[in-house]
Amino acid sequence: MTRQEILNELKKVISPYTTNKEMLAQINEDTDLLKDLKINSANLVDIIIDAEAKYDIEIDYDEADKMMNVGSCIDVISEKIGQKQ
Amino acid sequence: MGNRVVVTGMGVVSPNGIGVPAFLHAIQNGISGIKFMPHYLELNFSCQVAGMPDFKWDSLTNYISEVTLHGLKGTNIAYGLMAALDAWKDSGMDYETDEPRWETGCVFGNSIADTEAMKNVINRVDNKEVKKLGSRVVEQAMNSGVTSYISGRLGFGNKILTNSAACATGTQAILMGYEYIKHGYAKRMLVGSAEHVDTYVFGAFDSMRVLSRKFNDDPEKASRPMSATAGGFIPGSGSGALVLEDLDFALARGAKIYAEVLGGSTNSGGQRLGGTMTAASSAGVLRCISESLVNSNINPNQIDLISGHLTATNADKQEIQNWCDALDRRGDNFPITNSLKSMIGHSLSAAGSIETVASILQIVHGFVHPNINLDDPNPEITKLVSVNSLPVKMIKKEVNIVAKANFGFGDVNSCLILSKFN
Repeated sequence: MTRQEILNELKKVISPYTTNKEMLAQINEDTDLLKDLKINSANLVDIIIDAEAKYDIEIDYDEADKMMNVGSCIDVISEKIGQKQ
Repeated sequence: MGNRVVVTGMGVVSPNGIGVPAFLHAIQNGISGIKFMPHYLELNFSCQVAGMPDFKWDSLTNYISEVTLHGLKGTNIAYGLMAALDAWKDSGMDYETDEPRWETGCVFGNSIADTEAMKNVINRVDNKEVKKLGSRVVEQAMNSGVTSYISGRLGFGNKILTNSAACATGTQAILMGYEYIKHGYAKRMLVGSAEHVDTYVFGAFDSMRVLSRKFNDDPEKASRPMSATAGGFIPGSGSGALVLEDLDFALARGAKIYAEVLGGSTNSGGQRLGGTMTAASSAGVLRCISESLVNSNINPNQIDLISGHLTATNADKQEIQNWCDALDRRGDNFPITNSLKSMIGHSLSAAGSIETVASILQIVHGFVHPNINLDDPNPEITKLVSVNSLPVKMIKKEVNIVAKANFGFGDVNSCLILSKFN
């Protein structure tokens, strides 16, 4: 998967956790999940769980801590997908 | 004396109607909300009927954000949110606020979190999948889940309390909110209670053999308070909510006023003198009712209507006896008495708040709702009071003062005196 493909999929994963749909439509790698998308920090856990299920990967706690903006989410997800192959 | 406390908004999620207009129509026309539950037949329950609100989760999109709704699994929380937000809107106020509403608090009760929803949690933990639980379990498992969702949605900044007193919870919540306003701690309190009797809680009551089991093929006849053929109660689910306000505060904003809470009492029989974990002590009940009258500064002859606890167990007769003794009124002089449970079953913690909404509707619209299924009144009850005081058809009548009481496991009692606003 390309980073752009992961980003497009990530939008769907994040969607239930943000009311800011306009911002979600135009996210880029610098978009901050908490500050820009106003996601409740407790819900980051849920986004990670949903991403694990979607990509059939496992993200450990230390890696999860890095996933604060869209770019770092894509870093972790693409690395995990790569390890699977 | 303290401040006068009035009711300025109401909301209800009931097995026989969701929202005040549907509920009013149902109680005026004696419409039952008791239905057959095929799942309970499969599970070998003795009682296979229940009062379940015709609730649609999608309807919550009009109340809370989709982010909040996503991952909300607790049915008791859903009922409580809907009733509370309806009551708030009914009182003429907006949902949205940027600043905390420092003058407004919340007392909302419930018995137990939705154990059906918790089953998923138990399964995941047992399957070593704890990592997949996510962030939304704790807030819905905690007893204060309902109050937390309500007060968060509306930005309440005053006292936020979750009470739990079994079947006396609802009336107790209203009384607590009343007391805070009366004594000046808050100007406005959103009060009420919610209950979802899920399969596991239902099963636990079924096993106690306190549920009606002889009307599974005729569900609407199954809940029969005060009748000779009453054979136990029917669990119900739902929520009732009221906005209580300091009278002057309500008048200053031009709020419509439904009724006044004159006073009340909550106590316990101490599980002594005949009181037990599951049976009310008459001494405790009598004190509770008498103290309510004193606190409300009324005499027993002023009571136009008793909204009883009257669940359709063999405790009904003793309850009527207790009312006779507490009010010193019997025979033809006994107040008109009804039990909403004949239509919706016994919704445990939610009973008191739903019945209080019904009581206030009877004050506002000048009627007494029928006791359905009372075609065969228990002769031991009609020995104490006239059958004329136990109406089986709706009566159009001015209702000025209602006594609303509930009695719960743990030998806890709660009684409210509600009045037309003068």
